[in-house]
Amino acid sequence: MPSAPVRELDLDLEAFEGPFDLLLTLLLREELEPGEVDVAAIVLAFVEHLAERDEIDLDACGEFLVLVSALLELKARLLFPDEAAELDALEPEEAAEELARRLAEYRRMKEAAVWLAERLAGERDRWFRLGPAPLAPQPERRLAPQDPNALATALRALAVPPPAVSLSHMALRFPPVSQFLDRFRALLSRRRVFDFDGEVAGLSRAEQAVAFLALLELRKGGEVAISQSAPFAPIRISRADDERITTWTARSA
Amino acid sequence: MDSTLRLIATNPVDHLARTVEALLVVASAPLSVAELAEAIEDDPERVETALGLLRERFSERRSGIVLEKVAGGYAFRASREASEACARLFERPVERGLSQAALETLAVVAYLGPCSRPEVARIRGVAADSAVASLVERGLISEAGRESGPGGAVRYRTTPLFERVFGLENLAALPRLDDLGASSGELRDRLLEVSAARAS
Repeated sequence: MPSAPVRELDLDLEAFEGPFDLLLTLLLREELEPGEVDVAAIVLAFVEHLAERDEIDLDACGEFLVLVSALLELKARLLFPDEAAELDALEPEEAAEELARRLAEYRRMKEAAVWLAERLAGERDRWFRLGPAPLAPQPERRLAPQDPNALATALRALAVPPPAVSLSHMALRFPPVSQFLDRFRALLSRRRVFDFDGEVAGLSRAEQAVAFLALLELRKGGEVAISQSAPFAPIRISRADDERITTWTARSA
Repeated sequence: MDSTLRLIATNPVDHLARTVEALLVVASAPLSVAELAEAIEDDPERVETALGLLRERFSERRSGIVLEKVAGGYAFRASREASEACARLFERPVERGLSQAALETLAVVAYLGPCSRPEVARIRGVAADSAVASLVERGLISEAGRESGPGGAVRYRTTPLFERVFGLENLAALPRLDDLGASSGELRDRLLEVSAARAS
Protein backbone atom coordinates (compact mmCIF):
# COMPACT_ATOMS: atom_id res chain seq x y z
CA MET A 1 0.00 0.00 0.00
CA PRO A 2 1.49 3.40 -0.93
CA SER A 3 2.45 5.83 1.87
CA ALA A 4 0.04 8.59 2.82
CA PRO A 5 1.49 11.45 0.69
CA VAL A 6 1.40 9.26 -2.41
CA ARG A 7 -1.95 7.70 -1.55
CA GLU A 8 -3.51 11.09 -0.89
CA LEU A 9 -2.39 12.46 -4.24
CA ASP A 10 -5.60 13.58 -5.89
CA LEU A 11 -5.55 13.37 -9.67
CA ASP A 12 -7.68 15.12 -12.23
CA LEU A 13 -6.63 13.57 -15.54
CA GLU A 14 -8.47 13.27 -18.80
CA ALA A 15 -8.91 9.52 -18.40
CA PHE A 16 -9.21 9.35 -14.62
CA GLU A 17 -10.23 11.48 -11.66
CA GLY A 18 -9.56 10.38 -8.09
CA PRO A 19 -6.80 9.30 -5.71
CA PHE A 20 -3.54 7.82 -7.00
CA ASP A 21 -3.94 4.47 -5.23
CA LEU A 22 -7.33 3.95 -6.92
CA LEU A 23 -5.68 4.63 -10.29
CA LEU A 24 -3.08 1.97 -9.55
CA THR A 25 -5.75 -0.51 -8.47
CA LEU A 26 -7.75 0.07 -11.65
CA LEU A 27 -4.64 -0.33 -13.79
CA LEU A 28 -3.64 -3.56 -12.07
CA ARG A 29 -7.16 -4.93 -12.47
CA GLU A 30 -6.92 -3.92 -16.13
CA GLU A 31 -10.06 -1.84 -15.79
CA LEU A 32 -8.22 1.18 -17.15
CA GLU A 33 -5.99 1.31 -20.23
CA PRO A 34 -2.44 2.43 -19.28
CA GLY A 35 -2.17 4.04 -22.69
CA GLU A 36 -4.90 6.50 -21.77
CA VAL A 37 -3.16 7.70 -18.60
CA ASP A 38 -1.17 10.91 -18.91
CA VAL A 39 1.89 10.09 -16.76
CA ALA A 40 3.38 13.58 -17.14
CA ALA A 41 0.22 15.04 -15.58
CA ILE A 42 0.57 12.64 -12.62
CA VAL A 43 4.19 13.74 -12.09
CA LEU A 44 3.12 17.40 -12.24
CA ALA A 45 0.35 16.76 -9.73
CA PHE A 46 2.81 15.09 -7.36
CA VAL A 47 5.31 17.96 -7.68
CA GLU A 48 2.52 20.43 -6.90
CA HIS A 49 1.45 18.23 -3.98
CA LEU A 50 5.02 18.33 -2.64
CA ALA A 51 5.25 22.09 -3.13
CA GLU A 52 2.22 22.54 -0.90
CA ARG A 53 4.05 20.82 1.97
CA ASP A 54 6.80 22.58 3.83
CA GLU A 55 9.12 19.59 4.07
CA ILE A 56 10.15 17.00 1.51
CA ASP A 57 9.23 13.44 2.37
CA LEU A 58 12.08 11.47 0.79
CA ASP A 59 10.38 8.12 1.39
CA ALA A 60 7.27 9.32 -0.41
CA CYS A 61 9.35 10.73 -3.28
CA GLY A 62 11.22 7.45 -3.67
CA GLU A 63 8.05 5.43 -3.57
CA PHE A 64 6.42 7.73 -6.10
CA LEU A 65 9.40 7.35 -8.44
CA VAL A 66 9.13 3.56 -8.26
CA LEU A 67 5.38 3.61 -8.88
CA VAL A 68 5.55 6.07 -11.74
CA SER A 69 8.43 4.15 -13.33
CA ALA A 70 6.33 1.00 -13.15
CA LEU A 71 3.43 2.88 -14.68
CA LEU A 72 5.62 4.16 -17.50
CA GLU A 73 6.94 0.69 -18.17
CA LEU A 74 3.38 -0.65 -18.26
CA LYS A 75 2.38 2.07 -20.70
CA ALA A 76 5.46 1.55 -22.87
CA ARG A 77 4.80 -2.18 -23.03
CA LEU A 78 1.28 -1.52 -24.21
CA LEU A 79 2.29 1.06 -26.79
CA PHE A 80 5.09 -1.00 -28.28
CA PRO A 81 5.12 -4.75 -28.84
CA ASP A 82 6.88 -6.62 -26.08
CA GLU A 83 9.86 -7.75 -28.14
CA ALA A 84 11.94 -9.10 -25.28
CA ALA A 85 9.10 -11.35 -24.17
CA GLU A 86 8.67 -12.50 -27.75
CA LEU A 87 12.34 -13.42 -27.92
CA ASP A 88 12.21 -15.20 -24.53
CA ALA A 89 9.43 -17.41 -25.80
CA LEU A 90 11.48 -18.49 -28.81
CA GLU A 91 13.70 -21.53 -29.13
CA PRO A 92 17.47 -20.71 -29.31
CA GLU A 93 17.55 -21.30 -33.06
CA GLU A 94 14.46 -19.20 -33.61
CA ALA A 95 15.86 -16.46 -31.38
CA ALA A 96 19.09 -16.50 -33.42
CA GLU A 97 17.00 -16.28 -36.57
CA GLU A 98 15.04 -13.31 -35.19
CA LEU A 99 18.19 -11.55 -34.00
CA ALA A 100 19.85 -12.18 -37.34
CA ARG A 101 16.83 -10.76 -39.12
CA ARG A 102 17.00 -7.60 -37.04
CA LEU A 103 20.75 -7.26 -37.46
CA ALA A 104 20.39 -7.71 -41.19
CA GLU A 105 17.69 -5.06 -41.22
CA TYR A 106 20.01 -2.64 -39.47
CA ARG A 107 22.93 -3.59 -41.70
CA ARG A 108 20.84 -2.81 -44.75
CA MET A 109 19.83 0.57 -43.34
CA LYS A 110 23.44 1.30 -42.52
CA GLU A 111 24.42 0.41 -46.08
CA ALA A 112 21.58 2.58 -47.36
CA ALA A 113 22.97 5.46 -45.27
CA VAL A 114 26.40 4.87 -46.85
CA TRP A 115 24.77 4.91 -50.29
CA LEU A 116 23.02 8.19 -49.43
CA ALA A 117 26.29 9.74 -48.21
CA GLU A 118 28.06 8.70 -51.41
CA ARG A 119 25.20 9.98 -53.50
CA LEU A 120 25.33 13.30 -51.68
CA ALA A 121 29.08 13.56 -52.32
CA GLY A 122 28.48 12.77 -56.01
CA GLU A 123 25.81 15.44 -56.27
CA ARG A 124 27.96 18.13 -54.69
CA ASP A 125 28.32 19.94 -58.01
CA ARG A 126 24.54 20.16 -58.53
CA TRP A 127 23.29 23.60 -57.52
CA PHE A 128 19.68 24.63 -57.63
CA ARG A 129 17.47 27.35 -56.29
CA LEU A 130 15.74 26.81 -52.99
CA GLY A 131 13.00 29.10 -51.93
CA PRO A 132 9.61 29.31 -50.39
CA ALA A 133 6.83 27.56 -52.21
CA PRO A 134 5.19 29.81 -54.79
CA LEU A 135 1.84 31.24 -53.90
CA ALA A 136 -1.01 28.92 -54.62
CA PRO A 137 -3.44 30.33 -57.15
CA GLN A 138 -6.35 31.98 -55.41
CA PRO A 139 -9.73 30.92 -56.77
CA GLU A 140 -11.62 33.92 -58.05
CA ARG A 141 -14.65 34.71 -55.93
CA ARG A 142 -17.42 35.71 -58.25
CA LEU A 143 -20.36 37.63 -56.80
CA ALA A 144 -23.88 36.82 -57.84
CA PRO A 145 -25.42 39.44 -60.16
CA GLN A 146 -26.29 42.48 -58.06
CA ASP A 147 -29.07 45.06 -58.45
CA PRO A 148 -27.68 48.62 -58.21
CA ASN A 149 -31.05 49.80 -56.86
CA ALA A 150 -30.68 47.50 -53.86
CA LEU A 151 -27.32 49.12 -53.11
CA ALA A 152 -28.87 52.58 -53.44
CA THR A 153 -31.66 51.62 -51.02
CA ALA A 154 -29.13 50.31 -48.51
CA LEU A 155 -27.06 53.50 -48.76
CA ARG A 156 -30.17 55.65 -48.46
CA ALA A 157 -31.09 53.87 -45.23
CA LEU A 158 -27.64 54.64 -43.90
CA ALA A 159 -27.86 58.29 -44.94
CA VAL A 160 -30.95 58.98 -42.76
CA PRO A 161 -29.95 61.21 -39.82
CA PRO A 162 -30.20 59.42 -36.50
CA PRO A 163 -33.08 60.40 -34.15
CA ALA A 164 -32.29 63.24 -31.77
CA VAL A 165 -31.12 62.06 -28.37
CA SER A 166 -33.56 62.97 -25.59
CA LEU A 167 -32.09 65.24 -22.92
CA SER A 168 -35.31 65.51 -20.96
CA HIS A 169 -33.84 63.71 -17.95
CA MET A 170 -31.35 66.57 -17.53
CA ALA A 171 -34.20 69.02 -16.92
CA LEU A 172 -35.64 67.04 -13.98
CA ARG A 173 -36.15 69.07 -10.86
CA PHE A 174 -35.41 67.31 -7.59
CA PRO A 175 -36.85 68.76 -4.40
CA PRO A 176 -34.35 69.04 -1.51
CA VAL A 177 -34.05 66.02 0.81
CA SER A 178 -34.44 68.33 3.79
CA GLN A 179 -37.99 69.04 2.70
CA PHE A 180 -38.95 65.38 3.26
CA LEU A 181 -36.84 65.10 6.41
CA ASP A 182 -38.88 67.89 7.98
CA ARG A 183 -42.10 66.43 6.69
CA PHE A 184 -41.44 62.91 8.09
CA ARG A 185 -40.22 64.27 11.45
CA ALA A 186 -43.38 66.34 11.78
CA LEU A 187 -45.48 63.32 10.87
CA LEU A 188 -43.79 61.14 13.49
CA SER A 189 -44.30 63.76 16.15
CA ARG A 190 -48.01 63.42 15.51
CA ARG A 191 -48.25 59.68 14.77
CA ARG A 192 -46.22 56.76 16.04
CA VAL A 193 -46.45 54.78 12.76
CA PHE A 194 -47.15 55.61 9.11
CA ASP A 195 -46.98 53.91 5.71
CA PHE A 196 -44.34 55.25 3.32
CA ASP A 197 -46.38 54.31 0.23
CA GLY A 198 -49.42 56.16 1.50
CA GLU A 199 -47.39 59.29 2.22
CA VAL A 200 -45.72 59.49 -1.19
CA ALA A 201 -48.77 58.49 -3.24
CA GLY A 202 -49.52 61.16 -5.80
CA LEU A 203 -45.94 62.48 -5.91
CA SER A 204 -43.82 62.35 -9.05
CA ARG A 205 -41.26 59.56 -9.53
CA ALA A 206 -38.37 61.96 -8.80
CA GLU A 207 -40.09 63.23 -5.63
CA GLN A 208 -40.72 59.66 -4.45
CA ALA A 209 -37.04 58.88 -4.93
CA VAL A 210 -36.01 61.91 -2.88
CA ALA A 211 -38.55 60.96 -0.19
CA PHE A 212 -36.99 57.50 0.02
CA LEU A 213 -33.51 59.04 0.37
CA ALA A 214 -34.84 61.15 3.23
CA LEU A 215 -36.22 57.99 4.84
CA LEU A 216 -32.80 56.32 4.59
CA GLU A 217 -31.20 59.41 6.13
CA LEU A 218 -33.58 59.18 9.10
CA ARG A 219 -32.82 55.48 9.51
CA LYS A 220 -29.09 56.19 9.36
CA GLY A 221 -29.51 58.78 12.10
CA GLY A 222 -31.41 56.25 14.25
CA GLU A 223 -34.54 58.39 14.26
CA VAL A 224 -36.87 55.82 12.69
CA ALA A 225 -37.35 52.09 12.41
CA ILE A 226 -38.30 50.61 9.03
CA SER A 227 -40.14 47.34 8.51
CA GLN A 228 -41.54 45.50 5.51
CA SER A 229 -43.36 42.17 5.86
CA ALA A 230 -42.42 40.97 2.35
CA PRO A 231 -40.67 42.28 -0.75
CA PHE A 232 -42.81 44.99 -2.38
CA ALA A 233 -45.15 45.05 0.62
CA PRO A 234 -45.91 48.49 2.12
CA ILE A 235 -42.99 50.01 4.04
CA ARG A 236 -43.92 50.88 7.63
CA ILE A 237 -42.12 53.67 9.43
CA SER A 238 -42.20 53.99 13.21
CA ARG A 239 -40.33 55.99 15.84
CA ALA A 240 -37.01 54.41 16.77
CA ASP A 241 -37.62 54.59 20.53
CA ASP A 242 -40.90 52.65 20.02
CA GLU A 243 -38.96 49.79 18.45
CA ARG A 244 -36.45 49.78 21.33
CA ILE A 245 -39.25 49.75 23.87
CA THR A 246 -41.01 46.85 22.08
CA THR A 247 -37.78 44.83 21.96
CA TRP A 248 -37.00 45.52 25.59
CA THR A 249 -40.54 44.52 26.64
CA ALA A 250 -40.40 41.30 24.63
CA ARG A 251 -36.99 40.34 26.09
CA SER A 252 -38.02 41.16 29.66
CA ALA A 253 -41.11 39.07 29.37
CA MET B 1 9.99 37.19 -108.82
CA ASP B 2 9.97 33.84 -107.03
CA SER B 3 9.08 33.81 -103.34
CA THR B 4 12.00 33.40 -100.90
CA LEU B 5 12.67 29.77 -100.00
CA ARG B 6 12.28 29.15 -96.26
CA LEU B 7 15.06 26.91 -94.95
CA ILE B 8 14.41 27.28 -91.18
CA ALA B 9 11.23 25.56 -90.06
CA THR B 10 9.90 26.50 -86.59
CA ASN B 11 9.07 23.71 -84.20
CA PRO B 12 5.28 23.51 -83.64
CA VAL B 13 5.76 23.32 -79.84
CA ASP B 14 8.24 26.21 -79.70
CA HIS B 15 5.71 28.63 -78.26
CA LEU B 16 4.58 26.07 -75.71
CA ALA B 17 8.21 25.36 -74.78
CA ARG B 18 8.80 29.04 -74.06
CA THR B 19 5.82 29.09 -71.67
CA VAL B 20 7.02 25.91 -69.93
CA GLU B 21 10.47 27.47 -69.60
CA ALA B 22 8.93 30.60 -68.03
CA LEU B 23 6.96 28.55 -65.50
CA LEU B 24 10.04 26.56 -64.51
CA VAL B 25 12.01 29.76 -63.99
CA VAL B 26 9.39 31.09 -61.59
CA ALA B 27 8.97 27.80 -59.69
CA SER B 28 11.12 27.14 -56.62
CA ALA B 29 10.28 23.41 -56.58
CA PRO B 30 10.03 20.85 -59.39
CA LEU B 31 6.83 21.01 -61.44
CA SER B 32 5.19 17.85 -62.73
CA VAL B 33 3.87 17.44 -66.27
CA ALA B 34 0.33 17.51 -64.90
CA GLU B 35 0.95 20.79 -63.06
CA LEU B 36 2.50 22.36 -66.15
CA ALA B 37 -0.29 21.15 -68.42
CA GLU B 38 -2.92 22.51 -66.05
CA ALA B 39 -1.24 25.90 -65.79
CA ILE B 40 -0.78 26.23 -69.56
CA GLU B 41 -4.17 24.64 -70.30
CA ASP B 42 -2.63 22.34 -72.87
CA ASP B 43 -2.33 18.66 -73.55
CA PRO B 44 0.13 16.78 -71.21
CA GLU B 45 1.61 14.93 -74.19
CA ARG B 46 2.41 18.21 -75.94
CA VAL B 47 3.91 19.52 -72.68
CA GLU B 48 6.15 16.44 -72.55
CA THR B 49 7.26 17.11 -76.10
CA ALA B 50 8.05 20.72 -75.13
CA LEU B 51 9.99 19.47 -72.11
CA GLY B 52 12.00 17.17 -74.39
CA LEU B 53 12.87 20.17 -76.52
CA LEU B 54 13.88 22.16 -73.43
CA ARG B 55 16.00 19.33 -72.02
CA GLU B 56 17.93 19.31 -75.26
CA ARG B 57 18.32 23.07 -75.21
CA PHE B 58 19.18 23.29 -71.49
CA SER B 59 21.73 20.53 -71.13
CA GLU B 60 25.30 20.25 -69.83
CA ARG B 61 27.90 22.03 -71.97
CA ARG B 62 25.17 23.72 -74.04
CA SER B 63 23.83 26.03 -71.37
CA GLY B 64 24.66 27.38 -67.92
CA ILE B 65 21.21 26.25 -66.82
CA VAL B 66 20.29 22.58 -67.00
CA LEU B 67 16.79 21.17 -67.02
CA GLU B 68 16.58 17.97 -64.98
CA LYS B 69 13.90 15.48 -64.10
CA VAL B 70 13.94 15.25 -60.31
CA ALA B 71 11.59 14.69 -57.35
CA GLY B 72 8.66 13.72 -59.57
CA GLY B 73 8.91 16.79 -61.77
CA TYR B 74 11.12 19.08 -63.81
CA ALA B 75 13.37 21.84 -62.47
CA PHE B 76 16.25 23.99 -63.52
CA ARG B 77 19.66 23.79 -61.88
CA ALA B 78 23.08 25.24 -62.52
CA SER B 79 25.35 23.36 -64.92
CA ARG B 80 28.04 21.28 -63.26
CA GLU B 81 30.81 23.34 -64.85
CA ALA B 82 29.57 26.34 -62.83
CA SER B 83 29.58 24.43 -59.55
CA GLU B 84 32.87 25.85 -58.24
CA ALA B 85 31.70 29.42 -58.74
CA CYS B 86 28.37 28.50 -57.10
CA ALA B 87 30.21 26.99 -54.13
CA ARG B 88 32.13 30.23 -53.63
CA LEU B 89 28.95 32.28 -53.55
CA PHE B 90 26.29 30.02 -52.05
CA GLU B 91 25.86 27.60 -49.15
CA ARG B 92 24.20 24.21 -48.84
CA PRO B 93 22.14 24.61 -45.65
CA VAL B 94 20.14 21.42 -46.15
CA GLU B 95 22.90 18.87 -46.38
CA ARG B 96 25.67 20.68 -44.46
CA GLY B 97 26.83 18.69 -41.43
CA LEU B 98 24.48 15.73 -41.85
CA SER B 99 25.63 13.26 -39.17
CA GLN B 100 25.91 9.49 -39.57
CA ALA B 101 22.91 9.13 -37.21
CA ALA B 102 20.89 11.53 -39.37
CA LEU B 103 21.81 9.65 -42.56
CA GLU B 104 20.83 6.30 -41.01
CA THR B 105 17.56 7.79 -39.79
CA LEU B 106 16.97 9.28 -43.23
CA ALA B 107 17.60 5.87 -44.81
CA VAL B 108 15.04 4.21 -42.49
CA VAL B 109 12.42 6.87 -43.21
CA ALA B 110 13.11 6.77 -46.97
CA TYR B 111 12.77 2.98 -47.19
CA LEU B 112 10.15 2.26 -44.53
CA GLY B 113 8.28 5.58 -44.31
CA PRO B 114 5.92 6.67 -43.16
CA CYS B 115 7.39 5.44 -39.89
CA SER B 116 7.62 6.72 -36.31
CA ARG B 117 10.58 7.58 -34.10
CA PRO B 118 10.15 4.37 -32.03
CA GLU B 119 10.35 2.35 -35.26
CA VAL B 120 13.56 4.13 -36.25
CA ALA B 121 14.91 3.58 -32.73
CA ARG B 122 14.00 -0.12 -32.88
CA ILE B 123 16.00 -0.62 -36.06
CA ARG B 124 18.98 1.54 -35.09
CA GLY B 125 18.99 0.43 -31.44
CA VAL B 126 19.34 4.00 -30.14
CA ALA B 127 16.98 6.92 -29.66
CA ALA B 128 16.34 8.87 -32.83
CA ASP B 129 14.84 12.04 -31.34
CA SER B 130 17.58 14.52 -32.17
CA ALA B 131 18.27 12.99 -35.61
CA VAL B 132 14.56 13.22 -36.50
CA ALA B 133 14.34 16.80 -35.21
CA SER B 134 17.39 17.78 -37.28
CA LEU B 135 15.96 16.18 -40.44
CA VAL B 136 12.60 17.89 -39.94
CA GLU B 137 14.35 21.23 -39.46
CA ARG B 138 16.29 20.74 -42.69
CA GLY B 139 13.08 19.91 -44.52
CA LEU B 140 14.27 16.44 -45.58
CA ILE B 141 11.47 14.65 -43.71
CA SER B 142 8.06 15.82 -42.56
CA GLU B 143 5.19 14.59 -40.41
CA ALA B 144 2.80 12.16 -42.08
CA GLY B 145 0.02 11.49 -39.55
CA ARG B 146 0.07 9.35 -36.42
CA GLU B 147 0.08 5.66 -35.66
CA SER B 148 -3.34 4.31 -34.76
CA GLY B 149 -4.18 3.51 -31.13
CA PRO B 150 -3.89 5.53 -27.91
CA GLY B 151 -1.00 7.96 -27.82
CA GLY B 152 -0.05 7.01 -31.38
CA ALA B 153 3.43 8.24 -32.29
CA VAL B 154 3.94 10.79 -35.07
CA ARG B 155 5.01 9.19 -38.36
CA TYR B 156 7.46 10.72 -40.80
CA ARG B 157 8.20 10.45 -44.51
CA THR B 158 10.74 12.00 -46.82
CA THR B 159 9.90 15.24 -48.64
CA PRO B 160 10.32 16.18 -52.32
CA LEU B 161 13.31 18.23 -51.14
CA PHE B 162 15.01 14.98 -50.07
CA GLU B 163 14.67 13.62 -53.61
CA ARG B 164 15.90 16.89 -55.05
CA VAL B 165 18.94 17.16 -52.78
CA PHE B 166 19.93 13.55 -53.52
CA GLY B 167 19.17 13.96 -57.23
CA LEU B 168 16.51 11.24 -57.32
CA GLU B 169 13.69 11.20 -59.84
CA ASN B 170 11.56 9.57 -57.14
CA LEU B 171 11.90 7.14 -54.21
CA ALA B 172 11.89 4.19 -56.61
CA ALA B 173 15.31 5.40 -57.76
CA LEU B 174 16.79 4.28 -54.42
CA PRO B 175 18.75 1.00 -54.65
CA ARG B 176 16.81 -2.15 -53.74
CA LEU B 177 17.03 -2.88 -50.03
CA ASP B 178 17.74 -6.56 -50.72
CA ASP B 179 20.85 -5.56 -52.62
CA LEU B 180 22.28 -3.75 -49.60
CA GLY B 181 24.04 -5.29 -46.55
CA ALA B 182 24.46 -8.88 -45.46
CA SER B 183 21.68 -11.42 -45.80
CA SER B 184 19.94 -12.58 -42.62
CA GLY B 185 20.84 -16.24 -43.41
CA GLU B 186 24.52 -15.40 -43.39
CA LEU B 187 24.17 -13.50 -40.10
CA ARG B 188 22.13 -16.31 -38.56
CA ASP B 189 24.82 -18.87 -39.33
CA ARG B 190 27.43 -16.57 -37.83
CA LEU B 191 25.35 -16.09 -34.65
CA LEU B 192 24.85 -19.83 -34.28
CA GLU B 193 28.59 -20.39 -34.73
CA VAL B 194 29.35 -17.89 -31.95
CA SER B 195 26.75 -19.44 -29.66
CA ALA B 196 28.14 -22.98 -30.31
CA ALA B 197 31.69 -21.76 -29.59
CA ARG B 198 30.60 -20.27 -26.25
CA ALA B 199 28.73 -23.43 -25.24
CA SER B 200 31.73 -25.69 -25.93
